Amino acid sequence: MKNSKSVAFVREGMIDQQPAPASQIGAVRWLKDNLFSSVLNSILTIISLLVIFWVLSGIVPWMFGGVWNASSLSECRDILNERYGNTHYACWAVLTERWQQLLFGFYPAEEIWRAVVAFVLMLVAIAPVLFESVPRKLLWVTIAFPFLMVWLVWGGPIWGPLLVALGFVLFYVSYVVLERKSSTLLALIGSLVIGLVWWMFCVGPLSEALGSALPIGDLERVESRVLGGFMICVIIGLSGIALSLPIGLILALGRQSNLWVVKAICVGFIEFIRGVPLITLLFTASLLLNYFLPPGTAFDLTLRVIIMVTLFSSAYMAEVIRGGLAALPKGQYEAADALGLDYWQSQRLIIMPQALKISIPGIVNTFIGLFKDTTLVMFIGIFDMLGLSNAIRANSAWNGINWELYIFIGLVFWICCFSMSQYSQWLERKLRTGHH
Amino acid sequence: MNKTAFVSALAAAGLVATGAMAQSSGSATLAAVQEHGAVKCGVNTGTPGFAAPDADGVWKGFDIDFCRAVAAAVFGDPEKVEYTPLTSATRFTALSSGEIDLLARNTTWTFSRDVDLKLDFVGVNYYDGQGFMVPKDLGVSSAKELEGATVCIETGTTTELNLADFFRINELDYEPVPVESFTEAQNQFLAGACDVYTTDASALAAARSAFETPGDYVVLPEIISKEPLGPLVRHGDSEWADIVRWSFNAMVAAEELGVTSANAAEMAENGTNSPEINRLLGREGELGAMLGLPNDFALNIITKVGNYGESFEANIGESTTIGLARGLNAQWTDGGLIYSPPFR
Repeated sequence: MKNSKSVAFVREGMIDQQPAPASQIGAVRWLKDNLFSSVLNSILTIISLLVIFWVLSGIVPWMFGGVWNASSLSECRDILNERYGNTHYACWAVLTERWQQLLFGFYPAEEIWRAVVAFVLMLVAIAPVLFESVPRKLLWVTIAFPFLMVWLVWGGPIWGPLLVALGFVLFYVSYVVLERKSSTLLALIGSLVIGLVWWMFCVGPLSEALGSALPIGDLERVESRVLGGFMICVIIGLSGIALSLPIGLILALGRQSNLWVVKAICVGFIEFIRGVPLITLLFTASLLLNYFLPPGTAFDLTLRVIIMVTLFSSAYMAEVIRGGLAALPKGQYEAADALGLDYWQSQRLIIMPQALKISIPGIVNTFIGLFKDTTLVMFIGIFDMLGLSNAIRANSAWNGINWELYIFIGLVFWICCFSMSQYSQWLERKLRTGHH
Repeated sequence: MNKTAFVSALAAAGLVATGAMAQSSGSATLAAVQEHGAVKCGVNTGTPGFAAPDADGVWKGFDIDFCRAVAAAVFGDPEKVEYTPLTSATRFTALSSGEIDLLARNTTWTFSRDVDLKLDFVGVNYYDGQGFMVPKDLGVSSAKELEGATVCIETGTTTELNLADFFRINELDYEPVPVESFTEAQNQFLAGACDVYTTDASALAAARSAFETPGDYVVLPEIISKEPLGPLVRHGDSEWADIVRWSFNAMVAAEELGVTSANAAEMAENGTNSPEINRLLGREGELGAMLGLPNDFALNIITKVGNYGESFEANIGESTTIGLARGLNAQWTDGGLIYSPPFR
C-alpha cells in the first residue's frame, strides 16, 4: 500500500487504439513524404505542378477542341476560325477521312473485312501461346492461322495455302517413315527434299487445277502493292517475330555446337547479319535481288522484306538466347548428361526452359525493336503508316498537317509496344521460381 | 538416230533464233507491258500536285497523268497503270533492274544520270529551278539582299550545293540550318528557325499554299538553278523510249494545236483542215503503226487524259491550291520552253 502512495498515478486499463494522427495517414502523409518533405522539395513540387499545368493547358484544349469533320486543312481552319477566332486547335478531320488508309493502306474498301477477320484470328491464334489458361484446343487455330492469314489477306482460291499446309504434313509423315528405316539425319534431309519438291513443283500447278475445278473460297486477289499502313507493320512484324524465335534458337544452339562446320556457318551468319544495318538488307531485298533473279521473275516485295527482317532479327535473337545459355551454370548441363538424357531431351527438358526464362527481357526487347523497325520499309517505297503520312501530306487537301498524324501513329505503336512489355513483365513474374 | 536428234536440235535452235529476231524488230518492253496488261510506272511517294494518293488510294497528279497517258497510248485505257512508289534512293535502280517500265518521278535531267546511269530522258515535262521564300516582314525583295541570313536547306541534295554556289558568287554570308525533309523544312521555317527557305520553286509554291497565312510569305524572283524534270526509261530499248517520248509530245502538240479532251473526238471524227492535227489524231498517215501502237494512240491520250495544258491546269496550275504560273512551262508560242517536234 505504501507503494501506491509514492506513485502519483498508475494506469489500470489499456487505452483503446486511436487512429493515427491526420498528418500521418492517407493522402496527407503521402503528400508530405513525397512532395513536401523539405523546403527545397516543396519548391520543386510547386514548380513542377506549374510546368505540368502550363503544358496541359496548351495540349488539352488543342486536343479536345479539335475539328473532326472537314474535307481539307483549309476547311478545318475555316471552321476553327469561325468557332474560336483562331486556329490553335487540332484538325483531327484528317484521321476521320484517312484512318482506313492509315490502318490498311490501299486495301480495297469492300475487302477490308478480310483484313479485320485476319486480325481477330491473329488475336485468337496468339492467345493460347501467350496464356496457359486459354483452352489448349485453340492451338489448332494457331497452327492454321499462317495459312488462313495468307488466304484472307492476299485472296485467291483457298487451295494454294491449303496445299502448302499439306506440304508440312507430308514433310512430317515422310520424316517419321524415313526415321524408322534410317538415321535421324538422313530422314531429315530426305523429308526436306520431299517437302521442297512438293512446294516448288506441285503446289503451283495443283492449286491452279483445283482452283478451276473446285472454286471453293475463291476470294478476290489483292496484290502486295496495295498492302500498307498498320497492316503491313503487323504482317511483317508478326512474321518476323514468329519465325525469328525458332531460327534464332537453332542458331544459338548451332553456335555452341561441337561440329566445326555447323558452328562456323552459324557464327558466320550471325556476325554477317549483325554487322549490316537493317536498311541495307531492305535495300538489298528491294533492289539488288532483282539483278540476281532472272528477268521477269516477280518475287513478291512483301515476301522479300519479310525474309530479310526475319534473317535480321533471328541473328539478334540468337545472341540473346546465347546469353541465356551462357548464364546457366555448367552443373545444369552436367546434370542433364548424368540423367542419361540425349542432346535434344536435355535441351528440351533442362536447358531451354531455364535459358529462355533468363532471356525473356532480351527477347521481348528484340521483338519490340523489330516491330518498330518495320517502319523502315518506308525507305523502299512500301507505304507503312509513316510513309502514308507523307503521302497524305502530299495531297493538296492535307498539305501542312503534321502533329495529328504523328500523334495517331505514335499512339498505335505505343499501345502495341507497351502491351508487349507489360506481357513480358507479367510472364517474368509468373515464371519466377528462384530463390528471391 | 543421232542424226535425227541433231537435225531436230538444229531446227529448234533455228526456230528460237527466228523467234528472237521477230522479237527484236519490236520493243521488248512493249511486248512485256502488253503481256502484263499494265504499264509499271515508278512515281514519287508523295509530292503535292505531282503525285499523291487520294482518300480512296487513287493516284493523282501531274506525273501520274503522264503514266496514264502512256497507258492510254498502249492500251487505250489510262487506268491500266501499276504505280510503284519510289524514294529518291530507290528510283534509278528500280528502273535499271526492270522492276518498272517507266519513271515519272520529278527527276532532274543531268548529264551523269543520262550517260553514266544509262538512262534515257524522253523529254522535259516541267522546267523547275531553285528559288527562295522569305517572310514578308523581312522586307527583302531580292535574293541578293540576303546578307547574313539563316537558310533552311535539305541536306544531301543538289539544292544545298546550288545555294553555296549562289552565295559565293554574290559574296554573301549565310548560315545554313540543315533539315532532313520537306516537312521538317516547312515547320522550321514557320517556327522562325530560319529567315529563308530554299528548294525547287514548285515545292516552294506547294509549301506556301499550305501555310495558314500564305500572304505573309513571298517567293523571291531569283531562280538560281536549272532543274528540268522529266520522265525517263532505261537504255537499250529505243522503241519503247519512242513510245514514251511521243506520248508526251502528243500531249504537248495537242495543246499547241488547240486539241483538247473536249474537242479531240469530234476533230477525229469529222477531220480538220489542218493536216498535222489529222496526223496526230490518226486520220491521216500511219504514225501509230510506226510505233507499234494503234493509229489513234494520241487521240486516246488526249480524250482520256487531256493535253499538256489541261493536265497542268488540273494538277498544279493557277486554279489549284498550288497555283503555279505557266512561266517557262508555257508553249513556245507563248514565250515558254514547251515545244514538240512536228508529227509528220
